[in-house]
Amino acid sequence: MFRYLLRRIITYLPTLFGVSVLVFLAIRLIPGDAITATLGTEAGMLTETQRAALQRYYGLDRPPLEQYVYWIGEAAKGNLGYSIRHGKPVLELILERFPLTLELALLAVVIALVVGIPLGLLSAIRHNSLLDLFGRLFALVGLAMPSFLVGTLIIYVLSVYFKILPNSGDYVSFAEDPSRNLQQMFFPAVTLGFAFSASVMRTTRSSMLEVLNEDYVRTARSKGLFESRVITQHALRNALIPVVTLIGIEMGYLLGGTFIVEQLFALPGLGRLVVNAISQREYALVQGAVLFVALNFGIINLAVDLFYAVIDPRISYD
Amino acid sequence: MQKSIRIFIVVAFLALVAVVPVMAQGNNTLVMARSADTTGLDPHTQTAFASFRLLELIYEPLVNLDADLNIVPGLAESWAFSDDAKTLTMNLRQGVKFHDGSDFTSADVKATFERILNEDTGAAGRANYTSIESIDTPDDNTVVFNLSLADVPLLAAMTSLNSAIVSSEAAESGDFASTANGTGPFKLDSWVPDEKTILSANADWWGEGPYVDSVEIRIIPDESSILAALRAGEIDFAILNDPLIATLLIDDSSVTLNKVPAIAYHVLQLNPSRAPMDKLEVRQAMSCAIDRQEVLDTASLGYGTVTGPLTIPAYTVPTDQYFCYTKDLDKARELLAQAGMSDGFSIKVIAASAEPPTALSEAQNIQSQLAEIGITVEIESLELSVYVDRWLAGDFDAAVALNGGRPDPYTMYARYWTKDGNLQKVSNYIDDTLDSLMAQGRAETDPQKRYEIFAEFQKHLVEVAPWIWLYNDFEYTAQQPYVSGFIPMPTDSLYSFSQVKLEGKGG
Repeated sequence: MFRYLLRRIITYLPTLFGVSVLVFLAIRLIPGDAITATLGTEAGMLTETQRAALQRYYGLDRPPLEQYVYWIGEAAKGNLGYSIRHGKPVLELILERFPLTLELALLAVVIALVVGIPLGLLSAIRHNSLLDLFGRLFALVGLAMPSFLVGTLIIYVLSVYFKILPNSGDYVSFAEDPSRNLQQMFFPAVTLGFAFSASVMRTTRSSMLEVLNEDYVRTARSKGLFESRVITQHALRNALIPVVTLIGIEMGYLLGGTFIVEQLFALPGLGRLVVNAISQREYALVQGAVLFVALNFGIINLAVDLFYAVIDPRISYD
Repeated sequence: MQKSIRIFIVVAFLALVAVVPVMAQGNNTLVMARSADTTGLDPHTQTAFASFRLLELIYEPLVNLDADLNIVPGLAESWAFSDDAKTLTMNLRQGVKFHDGSDFTSADVKATFERILNEDTGAAGRANYTSIESIDTPDDNTVVFNLSLADVPLLAAMTSLNSAIVSSEAAESGDFASTANGTGPFKLDSWVPDEKTILSANADWWGEGPYVDSVEIRIIPDESSILAALRAGEIDFAILNDPLIATLLIDDSSVTLNKVPAIAYHVLQLNPSRAPMDKLEVRQAMSCAIDRQEVLDTASLGYGTVTGPLTIPAYTVPTDQYFCYTKDLDKARELLAQAGMSDGFSIKVIAASAEPPTALSEAQNIQSQLAEIGITVEIESLELSVYVDRWLAGDFDAAVALNGGRPDPYTMYARYWTKDGNLQKVSNYIDDTLDSLMAQGRAETDPQKRYEIFAEFQKHLVEVAPWIWLYNDFEYTAQQPYVSGFIPMPTDSLYSFSQVKLEGKGG
């Protein structure tokens, strides 16, 4: 087990290196820099000397290769650099924003599981029934409606008909005030969870339909087991493997920040931090955050693989 | 089925938690929302409108603008130019203190302008003050600016936040990245970028007010969410940049919409260094082919006014005095034929994707109008910083732009339409008439004569058509009915927050 973990971690290092090179180049290849991002068209009014002074200030006066070597060297030591605009180390900024993103992702997963799995299960058991039809319709709507539309509708209904809007730019963390925090996270989580539960429902349904036709399910039934026991003990467990894979992938994306939902509901999450950093051309912040997200992805992939072993005892990593 | 009942209970509980009424803010806190945050705290290096809206509450310039863009006293109580307009003497307000408790004196003014003129600072307004040769401080309350040439617009330039007064101590070695020490009506308590800014009232402010205890500025990136927050009564005040969002409030009786004509102007900038726009007739043909009112109606739903180059109320010229401000397709075709371009041609227009929010609609309308005389327009929609980069390099055939206005014609346009203007590489057009009218306007002190000079300047500029001026729209803010005392400004300034009262704000 330990050797397996070690091997996974070592093989992930080249991926991280590749990500670091890509993000370093990508952010520099887009035209514009911190000076034009801050000054806008007024940057054209600067004298040469003024421009050079600002380049020194933003650390843009060094050759790119030197910048990269310095950055990756410091990153290996755990120092991701400093954000001039925020006046804080990049790592501190990321870790400040991450709990919100993690909470949002977890809530969305909970909603997806709580809604998606039972619905998928029932659809599969009552194959081609009215319930199945409803389930499939739900999945279709959930997948077809983009989150900006769902979110906008929720905000509109809340503010116009109920005269409330928990998300009006005064986010409080769970540690500060749990009840207020849940009020603020509920609707964004529903917005994300809606589409997510639709895909969970579809995956559960198709995987369950497949499993219900397996020989061992017929065997279980012929032994005279109660149908509920057949489904929960024999079928569901096997049907969940693709669902776990799906959740792992979705979770990876969600932890990279859920920009649209954060934007609509004015939540200070990782997604907005990165997007604002890109438009401000805060190189260190963009690089650090992308590296962090890549690392998250690796961890989640590993967690998913380990979780397979929990569901299916035939899978082992020893 | 038991499981689904449990699910139902959990969901119902969560929904209940979410519907519990929101706790009220401190009653005398002005809660404001806007979509973009300041890019930094140094008043001398920030240029974004979003940055000004915060920093103008903290820092103050020597002179201010009133709602009609007249220059009124700020930190300077009175001022006078010498007869040759080469010396400007200012008498400073007494008893003014910086937020850190230190006294405001002439030494701070001198240190501020020295910081701006020092190229290492990277100050944004520096080009406006290069005529300053030396600064004398005969006593604590008097400052004398000695100029290398007659420079009347200097005074109007001083109304900018980019020349706000900082303490001499800060000017020499201050930290402008995370602290702010001004003389203004509000003190900076905390700033969390893209989240929230808290300001508290400056009890020692020299003016009357402020009447609120504090101001909380929240960043809500999506303007339709700002609108929702207003309707839900979660915020007291909002800045709205998107006219399509702001105008949704016109028939809403529960929220008050403030609007004031902006001095920022929408314009189609042509690039006369590129063929075929290097031909006068081609540029004129494009000007004649575009119905400016139609662009305004399509992009901004008609909320605005067709304008010439100058949007400052004291300098506007009736549009019927401008060349081809009535659409004339026959004349446009004739002009194209004269230029040997009767078959039309193709150009690319750059537009920033959301800055202003109407940019793409403007571009699309222009595209369809120019198609009528055989000009094919391809629209390149660019992210803002990419757009700025291309714009600064003059790398475009034409650009849809929303350019900021200035309270004085000279400071507004010297950068583009003088021979040594810093942005000649963007405008790519100059002639002797424009250059000499600008020089005359700079030295003239008599208002009537200045008006005539700049009226002639504008008519000539429209006729040679390096740019096609379109319209100016409104600066929109919105507030709850209990908010009083706010004065909407053509510059969108929030300086009058010092006069705002919140009588009857509910608990």
